[in-house]
Amino acid sequence: MSTHTEDVLHAGANIGTFAKVWIALLVLTLGEVLLAYEQVPTTIMLTILIGASIIKAALIIAYFMHLKFERLSLFLTLFPMLIFCIVLMLIFLGDATRIPHMRPPV
Amino acid sequence: MSSEASAAISVSVWDGGRSPYAVNSKKFGMWLFIISDSLTFSALLFAYTYSRVSNPNWPTPFHFSPSIIFSTIMTFCLLSSSLTMVMAVHSMNHGNRKAATLWILATMAGGGAFVVLHLSEWMNLINNEHVTAFANPWGVPLFGGTFFALTGLHMTHVVLGLIYLGIIAQAVIRGKFRAVDVEVAGLYWHFVDLVWMFIFPLVYLMSAKI
Repeated sequence: MSTHTEDVLHAGANIGTFAKVWIALLVLTLGEVLLAYEQVPTTIMLTILIGASIIKAALIIAYFMHLKFERLSLFLTLFPMLIFCIVLMLIFLGDATRIPHMRPPV
Repeated sequence: MSSEASAAISVSVWDGGRSPYAVNSKKFGMWLFIISDSLTFSALLFAYTYSRVSNPNWPTPFHFSPSIIFSTIMTFCLLSSSLTMVMAVHSMNHGNRKAATLWILATMAGGGAFVVLHLSEWMNLINNEHVTAFANPWGVPLFGGTFFALTGLHMTHVVLGLIYLGIIAQAVIRGKFRAVDVEVAGLYWHFVDLVWMFIFPLVYLMSAKI
């Protein structure tokens, strides 16, 4: 095994793939902007925006950050814990939705 | 001493005889940092969202022109800078240091454009919409507080990324650092891009005023 990483070429990704991912990210972004321009109802817009953002994040992590071509053990060590902790933050959503109804009428 | 025993002595346990991840330790360190920083940004995004949900009169100060147009161009700058960063890593993997340096400089140009546009967008918000971190005309101070904390922390990451890339670029052109160092810097830069993919829709597009 060479001590110089420059000699090691990464398998599985090429310039064409990166360009396609970049175009996909731009198209998704323009779609999001179009939704804002059309003033889609809030709940529908929020659902689509979060969905599109998760797809964009997955594309960046998989291809640009190269995780798709790393060992599965790296993904399994890092991401289930991250997703679990982020989901835990939803615990306060109930409090946030209750607050407007708890305010005394002005 | 038998050959097996001498082999056992020459291989330290820290050499990673059975590496479970098969990644460089610098790269793994950066991944750990990224995961912990993701939680920081997640907490701020949740704080912004919960503040919004609990305030029915949440302001929508982002007019399509200039705020949404500016933030869309900023998104384009960051996405394109991620592509140039990937090209820098690709060039470095092929041993082309000059091309790698040029791609890193292109990445820095994208990041620099993002910071300039973001600051002008902040100035527009402060001067024309009279929003500060503590007060605004709609009487919802939490908007300014969460907005400036979230976007300010992100902009800090971009500025630190520019400094980081500058250090990497000057070292690469002088023949120092290896491809993995550029790749680790790339991981950080893509993470900065990744965070913006959530801030842009949830903060700007959800509060657009057409």
